[in-house]
Amino acid sequence: MTESQIRFRRMKDLPSTHLLGTGTPMCAGCGGLEALHEIYDILGEKTVFVNAAGCMTLLSVYPFTPVRGSWLYTAMASAPAGAQGIRDALDILLERKAITAEEDLEVVVLTGDGAAYGMGLSATSGAMERNLDFVYICYDNEGYGNTGQQYSGATPHGARTATSLGSHGFGGYKKDLFSIWAAHRPAYVATVIGAEPLDLARKIEKARTLHGPRMIIALAPCPTGWDYDPKESVEIGKLAVKTGVWPLREYIDGKVVHTKMPHPRIPVEEYLMRQGRFRHLFEPQRDQQLLGEIQQRVDAYWSGIE
Amino acid sequence: MTRRLLTGNGAAAWGARLARADYIPAFPITPQTEIIESLGQWIDTGAMPGRMVTFESEHSMITAAGSAAATGVRVFSATSSQGLLYGMEMLYTVAGWRAPFVLVNVSRGLASPITLEPDHNDVLAARDCGFLQIHCATCQEVLDSILIAYRLAEDPQVRLPVIVNLDGFYLSFTREPVELPDVQACANYVGSYDAENVRFRASAPESQAVAVLGGGPYSYFRYETQLAAMNGLAVYDEVADGFAQVFGRLHGAVEAYRSEDAEYVFVMMGSFATKAKEAVDQLRNAGWRIGLLRPRLVRPFPAARWSELLAGKRGAAIIDQNLSFGMGGVLHTEIASALYGMNAVQPVLASFVGGLGGRDISPQEFFEMAGVIRDAAQRGESPPPRLLYTEDELREVRKLQAVAQVEREELAKNEPKG
Repeated sequence: MTESQIRFRRMKDLPSTHLLGTGTPMCAGCGGLEALHEIYDILGEKTVFVNAAGCMTLLSVYPFTPVRGSWLYTAMASAPAGAQGIRDALDILLERKAITAEEDLEVVVLTGDGAAYGMGLSATSGAMERNLDFVYICYDNEGYGNTGQQYSGATPHGARTATSLGSHGFGGYKKDLFSIWAAHRPAYVATVIGAEPLDLARKIEKARTLHGPRMIIALAPCPTGWDYDPKESVEIGKLAVKTGVWPLREYIDGKVVHTKMPHPRIPVEEYLMRQGRFRHLFEPQRDQQLLGEIQQRVDAYWSGIE
Repeated sequence: MTRRLLTGNGAAAWGARLARADYIPAFPITPQTEIIESLGQWIDTGAMPGRMVTFESEHSMITAAGSAAATGVRVFSATSSQGLLYGMEMLYTVAGWRAPFVLVNVSRGLASPITLEPDHNDVLAARDCGFLQIHCATCQEVLDSILIAYRLAEDPQVRLPVIVNLDGFYLSFTREPVELPDVQACANYVGSYDAENVRFRASAPESQAVAVLGGGPYSYFRYETQLAAMNGLAVYDEVADGFAQVFGRLHGAVEAYRSEDAEYVFVMMGSFATKAKEAVDQLRNAGWRIGLLRPRLVRPFPAARWSELLAGKRGAAIIDQNLSFGMGGVLHTEIASALYGMNAVQPVLASFVGGLGGRDISPQEFFEMAGVIRDAAQRGESPPPRLLYTEDELREVRKLQAVAQVEREELAKNEPKG
């Protein structure tokens, strides 16, 4: 049993004090905010968030902020470079003994899938190749959510978005960012979801104790973008895992490990039918072909693993 | 104090070294690369303390420059042309962070067509971003201006990043004798960087560069930047005077060369102004009362100083090494707006565009421009703007086109039929 598992054996081991303030302008039921709450409780307030343009940019609106630590908004494409500048500057100040070790901060990039999967990928790749000591959190709501859910490189096949309104939804396929990141051989890569807080806590705790690039993708169920009632967020998040649509996995020391096997794995349509963005697969008539294709791709993923 | 032969790029690297820059985010681009190569070598061999990181783009480089400055270290960076434009979003962004640092731009014409040689469209595209701008004409000035720029940038009344500009090739790769000021004297002059509240520390959580909602807070912060930039006028004079007292070289906001008793002046920035100086000397020998005014400080723009310097002149030939399509020379517009309504008698202004993409401006052209402005002053009306180009140059381009045409026809003849 690893140290991070020892700290978080069961739900009651999770932090009981919550660091992120309330009253933010995030939508009700935001799965990204749910994950961020859980992550922040473990990373703690000796952090500086380096934010890329996206929904979470609105967490800190002058003169208010829900974070107890520090924050820097950068731009959509270059948050990892902003993190590099802060990390390097802190290291220079530490080396020169201009600041004490107690003044040091964990540098944490906070970015949506629009930046992480697309515009910011080059800066992210650069930060990994330079072995930057930082934590990277992508809250992935599978589209450009802040602008009204247009499709992005993270949008799943068949989903209706503001720019894929046709009867078959989005024609492309969700980019495998986990594998793209893992190919850089960083210290750590993990997928998490707020609806599985114990798995998330163990991974963030592990990331916290490592050095180098620690890359986290949190699937972020999005009531407004995915079109469902906000109270369903946790349930939909759980279904993403149970259906195998969102594999919970981590990459460490050159190996990929699945941390929660969906067993028994339930049909993917249990997940799809709860969301308005997939309603065209069921109404006015069942799109058996597309449903079959989506199920087949999930089955193919798991066939080598289960 | 020692003198050595240095290129403009070499002088820029020495400026950063003598200012004791802690952190150098870098990205190579012609004609700037020699600057980061020199700094990298010094850091690698231990000749200079500090840390250099090569990024994957200028956009990232400028982001890191801003965020490191916002964490409280002294930052130096350098770029050129397409690189400056690739980083343009971040130039505007980091200026708003009020995190001071110095960025050297080695001017180079912009695409399209792509070229390597200099003009000022790159740096003037950054005119409105909140960086202050100092323009250099000699290698000595490059080194000195970097030291001055740190004082200006880090002044509590200013706290804005500063661009120090030099021309690609004409300065970047030209060796001139440069006096290397004493290391300790430089350290004393520049001082240490006091980040005050612009920094990140665990014991003092800080949210920087947060979003605003609505025009009220937005305008507040934008006006703050404007006021800070305008404070730069007085601060610049103060730090340039301080520099002159220590090092014996005065680099004013505007260089005035033989202009005091002049009836006519050339107005030009950058290294090409040294060609104008040469023309002034020759015209003076031929009996002209003519001089040169060279803007060094372009942002903030010392409008009152320009009004004073041009008061009583009969005419000014403003030679822009840049082109704002659909309008004309940028410097011409700036000078005209500085003068409007200021003096009872205004000089006639004549606008010339030349030196684009490193195109030379010959002594004959300077004489011609002097003639144009004298005639215009006598008539009392501004002549239409002129784009400098000679019949010979046009013939050379026509020759290239003819060669291309002949080659194309030749290839067409040899193409297999069917």
